[in-house]
Amino acid sequence: MIEFELNGKAVTSESAEDTPLLWVIRDELKLKGTKFGCGIAMCGACTVHIDGVAMRSCITPVGTVASKGVTTIEGLSSRAGKALQEAWVDEQVPQCGYCQSGQIMQAANLLENTPNPSDEQISDAMNGNLCRCMSYTRIRRAIKAAAGGEGA
Amino acid sequence: MRKRADKVTGAFSRRTFLAGSAGASLVMGLGMVLPGCSREEAAKDIASIAASRSFAPTVWFEIDSEGSVLVNIAKAEMGQHVGTALARIVADELGANWDDVAIKHVDSDPKWGYMVTGGSWSVFTTFAMLSQAGAAGRTILCEAGAALLGAEATDCSVEDGVVSGNGDQVSFAEIVKNGDISRSFSDEELTALPLKPAAERRFIGQPTQARDIPVKSSGEAVYGIDAELPGMVYAHPLMPPTRYGSTIKSIDDTAAKDIPGYERTLALTDPSETLQGWAVVIAADYPSAMKAARVVNVEWEPGPTADVNEADIVAEGVRLAADKGSGTLVVDDGDVAAAHASAADTLSSTYTTSTVLHFTLEPANAVVEFVDGKCHIHSGNQWQSLILPVLSKALGMEETDIVIHQYYLGGGFGRRLFGDPMIPAALAARELGKPVKIVFQRADDSRFDCVRSASIQQFDASFDADGGLTGIEHAAAAGWPTLAMAPGFLADGVDGNGKYDTFSISGGDHWYTLPNHRVRAINNDLAQRTFLPGWHRAVGPGWVGWGVETFMDELAHKAGTDPVEFRLAMLDASGKNAGAAPHAVGGAARLAAVLKDVRDRSGWGREMPDGEGLGIAVCHGQERTMPTWVACVAHVAVDGNSVTVKKIWQSIDCGTVVHPDGAMAQAEGGTLWGLSIALHEGASFESGQVAERNLDAYTPLRMADVPELDIRFMPSTEFPTGLGEPPVIAVQPAIGNAIFAASGVRVRDLPIRL
Repeated sequence: MIEFELNGKAVTSESAEDTPLLWVIRDELKLKGTKFGCGIAMCGACTVHIDGVAMRSCITPVGTVASKGVTTIEGLSSRAGKALQEAWVDEQVPQCGYCQSGQIMQAANLLENTPNPSDEQISDAMNGNLCRCMSYTRIRRAIKAAAGGEGA
Repeated sequence: MRKRADKVTGAFSRRTFLAGSAGASLVMGLGMVLPGCSREEAAKDIASIAASRSFAPTVWFEIDSEGSVLVNIAKAEMGQHVGTALARIVADELGANWDDVAIKHVDSDPKWGYMVTGGSWSVFTTFAMLSQAGAAGRTILCEAGAALLGAEATDCSVEDGVVSGNGDQVSFAEIVKNGDISRSFSDEELTALPLKPAAERRFIGQPTQARDIPVKSSGEAVYGIDAELPGMVYAHPLMPPTRYGSTIKSIDDTAAKDIPGYERTLALTDPSETLQGWAVVIAADYPSAMKAARVVNVEWEPGPTADVNEADIVAEGVRLAADKGSGTLVVDDGDVAAAHASAADTLSSTYTTSTVLHFTLEPANAVVEFVDGKCHIHSGNQWQSLILPVLSKALGMEETDIVIHQYYLGGGFGRRLFGDPMIPAALAARELGKPVKIVFQRADDSRFDCVRSASIQQFDASFDADGGLTGIEHAAAAGWPTLAMAPGFLADGVDGNGKYDTFSISGGDHWYTLPNHRVRAINNDLAQRTFLPGWHRAVGPGWVGWGVETFMDELAHKAGTDPVEFRLAMLDASGKNAGAAPHAVGGAARLAAVLKDVRDRSGWGREMPDGEGLGIAVCHGQERTMPTWVACVAHVAVDGNSVTVKKIWQSIDCGTVVHPDGAMAQAEGGTLWGLSIALHEGASFESGQVAERNLDAYTPLRMADVPELDIRFMPSTEFPTGLGEPPVIAVQPAIGNAIFAASGVRVRDLPIRL
């Protein structure tokens, strides 16, 4: 039994400690916004925040988040996170949308650490997040728009 | 309750009425649903499906007594925002208030008719039908509203969900509640309904936000992989060493029995023969299924293609393409052989493209349960009408007893045209007597992909003594998706001999005027036997264009002519290239227009720094019968064996643009998809299987490699054509041609590796 905090609430997982956090979140705790893409931490669709740091939940054993705080797209409530979600709509970013939870979680982590990122900093932070529809130009635009809002 | 609207007066209830377009939809279905296919075959196929599945009138939209307009969308949403586009077409003609319009993605009920989302067809094939449906609704509301207002219908106007006349107005809601909305239309009346002139459109061509985007930004959008049913168990595939012909010799699950949650391993027997030699691990949860799948030991007798490698497939294609007697004639204009025999000079080139994966980010999945003799399937799908007969065979059930419930698709790109991942879940659910959810891990998704076949194209051109181009012979060999999955749609050779897959040669029948032109489509039988070839975004033109437009560049350079001028000289819109109403008005002249536009916007012909160059290419989209005119310029820098794409310009004429921002998003994504295929992707078969199965080996474009994009839609009020795929096609040869301009190195193989 593993206890941790999910989106600000105490939760308990009955899964084995080596179970990837992704499946605990999706199938045991029933939050489906975090997605399964590659299973080897190379697409970013499963990105969540663990104690405020963007991590790939598909390779994170649930045992390692015991007594930590996990945030998923459903619980994203930081100022940067909210600004990003608004910018995602304003800039009409998603196409199929499947990667976008992960993109937003990754971008939120970027803006929390780097409120006004350069193009290069955006590329560095986001390069591990694959968008198969290739909505990259809009992802970049939305991050900049959200960052601008933050800075104001 | 929905009612038929095509037969008799009184078909409309007071609460819900239908703008009856059933006849129209059937007619449109017969005439237009699959451009590029053999029309007669398509018609026959659709008609037989219609008959066997009791085709019912299609209900495109309904209005309730609150005035809410619900538009039913029978197309898959996989990133195109198709619901928004189609609903805007209806709403514009209807005179609705856009805020009152809602969208519903429907299940596979036969009443929706032939269900397919692909080929960039959605707007093209439904525009006239949905416009007529909207116009019929407007006519009904106007007449009923006029009666309530004591006015003549001809003196009333319909706008923003309100009928106005006689100095007063009445809302759609009030009309539905109080008006006489019993009215029906014959096919002839529907077709004759006046549609709005383009200048009066309120929604088509106007900016709007896509309806599906908010839930895709909040994590709330529900994809097939998110579906769950009470009491379900999880299935994990154990896939055989070859796509075809493998058989299971033994299964040893001893090691899995210690895994909590592991239930059993099932060997599957599939009467449809889609799955050959399959087993699935069944577990209470997916992580246990993954663990068990690693330790269940299945021994197979491999099928006959277990030793086939990519190089074998390419070698077979090269052999076939070089044989002038091979394949089926697709174009046979003039006398290529005579032109070649009398040629003063010739040029030959061979182009290849490697195997390419769909790699939809949402892996293959399905949830299936049987309830009261019906099979309910929950899975995102692009071509319900293709998989239903396969499921019927696999399960020994009537198609009408199988329902596919639609979800958002986490990428389609043609992979989800074939719903084969539903089959193992369905077979397992029936055997176990409980709901089963199958999820493919990425490596299995890649192995089971219906990949874009490797292709080989050979071109032979002849010149006269003055250096004039006198003819081109073009042969293209690949695995044919249509032969494997929908053979009824194969077209007949132009000389009456043989069949061919239009989706594996389209683009060869281009709009350049040539005195002698011959095109042969060749099935690469080794590819066909080794894997299931798939329709992959941009399909045939996606790789045929690589050969056609790279060869054009080679010809231009051989002729010593500027590549733009060389092309323009052949885009004279004469003869068969003149184009015709309604879908190809202007013909090659419109292709010339986008070519000139992109030439001018990109500064074509300017001095470039050392190691940099511009390359140009054009395409006409997916089919001659649905031309989307595209011209592309790529700016690349070459440094040693490294290629950097700095900027891509595209000029696109797809006629009327229904949803401008959605169209731009498709064009941006399509452009980068083309770039990704050109430089970043590429798979191979090794020992009968896809070797590159995950992102450690298969490497699509990432953000850091995205160039500047400059995309322009040509202003147009012509009939809308397709857009999801055409922006992919010209990018690849434009990049290759730019590499030649920058470095003098001619690349003929995709992916490009210097």
